[in-house]
Amino acid sequence: MNRRKLLQLLGKGVAAGAFVKLSPGLAQGKIPQGATDTMKILGPTLREYGERSEFEKDVIRYISPNLRSRHTGADFAPLEKLEGIITPSSLHFERHHGGVPNVNPADYRLVIHGMVERPLMFTLQDLKRFPSVTRTYFIECAGNGQNGYRNPPDMTLTATRSRGLVSNSSWTGVPLSILLKEAGIKEGARWLIPEGQDAAAYTRSLPLDKALDDVLVAYAQNGEAIRPEQGYPVRLVVPGWEGSIQVKWLRRIQVADTPVMSKDETSEYTDVMADGKIWAFTWVMDPESIITYPSGLQQIQRGFHEIRGLAWSGHGRIRRVEISLDGGKTWKRANLEPAPDALSVVRFKYNWVWDGKETVIMSRAWDEKGNTQPTQEEFFAKWARNNRYHYNAIQAWRIGADGKVVNGDKTLAGAPAQLGVVGRGGCGGES
Amino acid sequence: MRRKWFYIALSALALSALVLAQGRYQIGSPLSEQEVQEWNIRPSILANGVGLPPGQGTVDEGAKVYATHCAGCHGATGEGGAFTRLVSEPFPITKEVDSVDFAIGNYWQYATTLFDYTRRAMPFATPGILSNDEVYAVVAYILYQNGVIDESEPMNAQTLPKVQMPARALLELDPSTQKRFPWIKLP
Repeated sequence: MNRRKLLQLLGKGVAAGAFVKLSPGLAQGKIPQGATDTMKILGPTLREYGERSEFEKDVIRYISPNLRSRHTGADFAPLEKLEGIITPSSLHFERHHGGVPNVNPADYRLVIHGMVERPLMFTLQDLKRFPSVTRTYFIECAGNGQNGYRNPPDMTLTATRSRGLVSNSSWTGVPLSILLKEAGIKEGARWLIPEGQDAAAYTRSLPLDKALDDVLVAYAQNGEAIRPEQGYPVRLVVPGWEGSIQVKWLRRIQVADTPVMSKDETSEYTDVMADGKIWAFTWVMDPESIITYPSGLQQIQRGFHEIRGLAWSGHGRIRRVEISLDGGKTWKRANLEPAPDALSVVRFKYNWVWDGKETVIMSRAWDEKGNTQPTQEEFFAKWARNNRYHYNAIQAWRIGADGKVVNGDKTLAGAPAQLGVVGRGGCGGES
Repeated sequence: MRRKWFYIALSALALSALVLAQGRYQIGSPLSEQEVQEWNIRPSILANGVGLPPGQGTVDEGAKVYATHCAGCHGATGEGGAFTRLVSEPFPITKEVDSVDFAIGNYWQYATTLFDYTRRAMPFATPGILSNDEVYAVVAYILYQNGVIDESEPMNAQTLPKVQMPARALLELDPSTQKRFPWIKLP
């Protein structure tokens, strides 16, 4: 029907009449009682700082009831309740080692010292004077996916508890390379030792090469000051690398010729491999993806669904994401929307009509370097069963004939007793 | 009009070229070494011992420090309590050991890390209250509990960097990291 014919029909009242005729019961029950209430009274006034709707209060981070302390440990971004690619700052996952410091920006200073020509101290205003850059990057805890180490798999797993230790923000700051040039790097320097202003005085070792490449000294997140739990007023953003090296509340950078081998790059954030060795400096986050709809503990009906999910890789841009609707036998290419940025979370979508039969759905991401996600078996051929970090095997969701969605991962043979029940240490977020 | 904007742009460029003559923005305050030290209240201890302060502590002294400041969270002798265990077997770990049993004697790879972390971040709720002597002492006690050093061996800036941790034998650099940064060598 062309536009002219449609207008003619409308003019004759055909369409309008048909609509009314088709909706005889609308006034008796299909229109919610309160639907027009807000049109009869004045709404609330202007306000200086906005809040989300009171009806969205259940969209919150997941904090495990098993945590031994909320000063250390992690909580999860509620992935299956979010859309698009930006994680709202209030819902960005958290990981702290000594609580969240309350830093007064008037007292804030960043000092660069060690193997430099000129030790320098910067105020927050100083940092904001430098040329700035804004980039969208994901930050992911190395312990993201730790629930995948459980065997048998946790049948109450949600997308949040599977992969919610990742978040994606627009970060603004000064390239660290500019600050280092300002201080003047001395011959022989190879490493930076950044330190946080928290009660853990958290430190790590970062190769100078990476710092000169793309590391940001960030002071803004999603357009406003960084949230306290994300490092207010200043943090490191180390694109594509594990979150734990992206030191928050940054107060000091020591330039050195050796790494420090701090507690959080030796006793934690090192990886036990299948051959029994321990790997140090496993910095880059391998590709990952997670279907957020339909996902664990959700319920769906027959008919049309847009399968939605998130994918990201620390190696570079996501090139494609594939969906399997038959437990991994065949794979189809999902749509990436919006267009993917490098080292940012991307959103994938796939149109699907569910016929009501039990099935297992999966996703796997491929990055521009050709890396993809392993199966569970492939993953454990490389990493030990008692490792704690860098789990990036394909997550499966089983959809029952009743439409209920549960963890579809397999129980693996020859695995040790159930892991992950107590005392795993904070990074995985569950204890 | 176009020409006017061209000259404005040109003079702006000339000005920034002047400011950046040394490739710098001249922002930030220079600090003396003294001022750096005042700011650096938790100096990093490198694996070769650089940064270790003067002072000393024995296992016996450390037992007292431990009982006062550490046992409440980590158990009477380091076996773990409300928080992480510090002592566990075997030395070093195997791939069968559950990660709840990763502890200092079987997983930590550098003794200097123990001094750095204890002085940096412990006790958990009141970091920074231990003297350097107390930190050396409690480090000695924990290493002794883990069977890494003898009861008679005091810990100080000379002895601590020489302590060999069993798990160091298991530690390797991630091969993909080595490929990207060929110059990295683990201490």
